[in-house]
Amino acid sequence: MTVTAAFFYLFATITIASGFMVIASRNPVQSVLFLILAFVNAAGLFLMMGAEFLAMILVIVYVGAVAVLFLFVVMMLDVDFAALRQGFLQYLPIGGLIGLILLIELIFVVSAYVIDPGLVRSPAVPIPAADVMTNTEALGHVLYTRYFYFFQAAGLILLVAMIGAIVLTLRERVGVRRQDISKQNARTQETAVELRKVPSRQGI
Amino acid sequence: MELGDILLAVAIMLGKSLLMLVALLVFIAYALYADRKVWAAVQLRRGPNVVGPWGLLQSFADLLKFVLKEPIIPAPANKGMFLLAPLVMCTLSLAAWAVIPLNAGWAIADINVGILYIFAISSLGVYGVLMGGWASNSKYPFLGALRSAAQMVSYEVSIGFVIVTVLMCAGTLNLSKIVEAQNSSLGMLGWYWLPLFPMFVVFFISAMAETNRPPFDLPEAESELVAGYMVEYSSTPYLLFMLGEYVAIMTMCALGTILFLGGWLSPIPFAPFTWVPGVIWFVLKASFLFFLIAMVKALVPRYRYDQLMRLGWKVFLPLSLAMVVIVAGVLMATGNAPGMR
Repeated sequence: MTVTAAFFYLFATITIASGFMVIASRNPVQSVLFLILAFVNAAGLFLMMGAEFLAMILVIVYVGAVAVLFLFVVMMLDVDFAALRQGFLQYLPIGGLIGLILLIELIFVVSAYVIDPGLVRSPAVPIPAADVMTNTEALGHVLYTRYFYFFQAAGLILLVAMIGAIVLTLRERVGVRRQDISKQNARTQETAVELRKVPSRQGI
Repeated sequence: MELGDILLAVAIMLGKSLLMLVALLVFIAYALYADRKVWAAVQLRRGPNVVGPWGLLQSFADLLKFVLKEPIIPAPANKGMFLLAPLVMCTLSLAAWAVIPLNAGWAIADINVGILYIFAISSLGVYGVLMGGWASNSKYPFLGALRSAAQMVSYEVSIGFVIVTVLMCAGTLNLSKIVEAQNSSLGMLGWYWLPLFPMFVVFFISAMAETNRPPFDLPEAESELVAGYMVEYSSTPYLLFMLGEYVAIMTMCALGTILFLGGWLSPIPFAPFTWVPGVIWFVLKASFLFFLIAMVKALVPRYRYDQLMRLGWKVFLPLSLAMVVIVAGVLMATGNAPGMR
């Protein structure tokens, strides 16, 4: 029990500290790296709750893919933070408002838990015990039966978003010399090399 | 639990990890030697043959040389991140070995989502590369890091789908159980390399691309990019990068052994072959895969970058996606899907 608590406080502290460093650090690349640290520690917290599948998926999807793209963009763009800070006060009211709404929502969730624990503890589908079914199987059983249509709809929305992003960024420039792989592979010795008998002292 | 029990459990875990680490590093030292010997033999050279009998101590001499050299940190570099990057790379690639079962029940941590863990850890390896390239604060390492990261991310996708096909056949995410699922009276013909042969090929090639091995060693293409993201590194940090790379290659060999070559199972399922300890079979199979990778390095010229990207996105991705659908369909039609048996 003490070991569990120690690990919980370790992960939780690092998550919060690195979450703070994301907004406090001056260098955008360091911000992204702290964000990654926060993700990894959140995965550790998931693991401690027995949600092993969610923990691994969090690392694979967010840390392994999404954050890499973040890092790519931040490294490539030369972000001037002094220029960004200039409009800081201008956006403070909106940012503060959004923060306030999130805080109120959090308070609602936490207070609901305090007032009526039964509300949180009676999910629509009961979670099977760990020795009956592994975490991954349990998720699959719910996701592919009860919530099948929602799951498919979510997949469809992601697909549409992906195609949309590709369409928006695709531009055909004329006059660009490209490597055409099929053309290159279609070349044979006959079409590529020409053998000629060269008469001496005359050239071709 | 008593404090004593906790300490004992921690001590046992530490002992196991240390044993695994030492065995792995010694094995890597000789894998490196074998890699160079194979390469030399293909080119009719002798390879390392001076340090120790037949050059057997070459890797250890290299280690000493790296450690004794002066580490140079460029003045404009981001010092903390510059030194952190090789550590990240090396630690992450070693961490994957925590779940690999060398024999029945021989994994340090036999977790339910072992295959996902390895996939997650190997997808984190890209951060070592990106951090190293960025922290060097110079053009060649940065370009090398970007190329390398793009390559690693691309080939992860096809490796993911290859893993999905194997998981559909085995019906579990636990590495030991994936090996057990291949145990049949057919011996080596019952392992997944035969029914999933196209996926085995895709896995083998993607594994080389994922670990930046020749012919996909574009990030460090010596002739064009000097050494990619490692340009500014010297002495021990460089050693850690190289070590991380070789450990990652061995991890891929071990993963291929588990997914397609039946892990610790004997290839011929009767005595006297079943008397041989499983760990020997495991090491033999992983070494066989490593030999194939070493041969590819010696035989195949380097890919062009656009060819590499085309192979990953336009050939392997559709092929592996189609195979996921086909394998799922066949399993359902024949009633062999997990949960139907």
